[in-house]
Amino acid sequence: MAHHETTHTEAHGHGEKKHFDTKPIWRTFWILLIITAIELIVGMFIAPHFHNLKLMFNILYIIFTGAKAFYIIAEFMHLGHEIKNMIMTIAVPALLFIWFIAAFLWDGNSYKNLRNNYDRYHKEATTTPLPKKAEAGHGEHSEHGAEEKPEAVH
Amino acid sequence: MAQAVPANQKWWGGGKSPFNVEYGKLMMWYFLMSDAFTFGAFLISYGTVRFSSNGWPDPNEVFKSFPGMGHANMPLVFVSVMTFILIMSSVTMVLAVGAGHMNDRKSVLKWLAWTIVGGAAFLGCQAWEWAHLHAEGAWWGRNPFHNFDGTEASTNFTNFFFTITGFHGFHVLSGVVINIIMFIMTYRGVFDRRGHYLMIEKAGLYWHFVDLVWVFVFTCFYLF
Repeated sequence: MAHHETTHTEAHGHGEKKHFDTKPIWRTFWILLIITAIELIVGMFIAPHFHNLKLMFNILYIIFTGAKAFYIIAEFMHLGHEIKNMIMTIAVPALLFIWFIAAFLWDGNSYKNLRNNYDRYHKEATTTPLPKKAEAGHGEHSEHGAEEKPEAVH
Repeated sequence: MAQAVPANQKWWGGGKSPFNVEYGKLMMWYFLMSDAFTFGAFLISYGTVRFSSNGWPDPNEVFKSFPGMGHANMPLVFVSVMTFILIMSSVTMVLAVGAGHMNDRKSVLKWLAWTIVGGAAFLGCQAWEWAHLHAEGAWWGRNPFHNFDGTEASTNFTNFFFTITGFHGFHVLSGVVINIIMFIMTYRGVFDRRGHYLMIEKAGLYWHFVDLVWVFVFTCFYLF
């Protein structure tokens, strides 16, 4: 704190001549930056330790993503300051995405379950972990690697 | 630009512009809606395929490299730099639009130049990331990464990753080209002669849309 710099954003130097207010822009910038930083901290340091809470983290990411999208559209793209008719002509068609996402993800999930039920080979092939990577081509060993001898090869 | 609007204005009574925006801007919005559905279709098909798979690669494992750091494990750091660059370039674009409102040609040029620099930096980062993943053996039809649970991954992950980030990168590229055209037009005084800088607003809408799409690409590929 000893060396106190006044951070001079160029925006302020010019922005106050007439009526264009840069304050809400920088506010939006900080909101976006902070949300992204939180997402990254969660994604890098917290989520990897709690694999069983993956769903919860994903819901968190969706909420954050929605918030960022809202601020970009409302402030940067200025839609929040248009008249209501104009906002509705964009917002109402966008509601289709709700159905779109729900229907297709549901469909994908259903396909997974059906396939696992009726195609045993597929299920086995996609849920059996590969043998641990035995570096530099001991090809025939990887066959026996199934009974877990971690690091024994080294 | 929204005018001062009296309350209970009868917008559909005739004789008025019911959306109160210029034609070109409205059409840019509708174009962006159609583009949003294109990207939506891409991302939702990615989601569908992912939901139908028993396993999927771990983004912390795939995106762990940083230029010049060798094999250091730095998950998601590089993509956070890319995200920051894009958000920042969105801010400079709004400042260019704001300067346009004040018919301040010099500031428009300055902020447009910064926006172009930001877009080019983002493209450079993406080029590095693609080259790096390609060197690791990832490409359309090839996937060297394993799933979370150690099972073998299909090539769906790389196919979707390269297609969607490629489509987004192509949008960034066209955005940079549009901004360069805006820069040249501003420099030659086209908008001063026209008396308004509304064209910058339309370019700005497109640019913010690119940023908006990145928010979703970022969540879908790097966080989920």
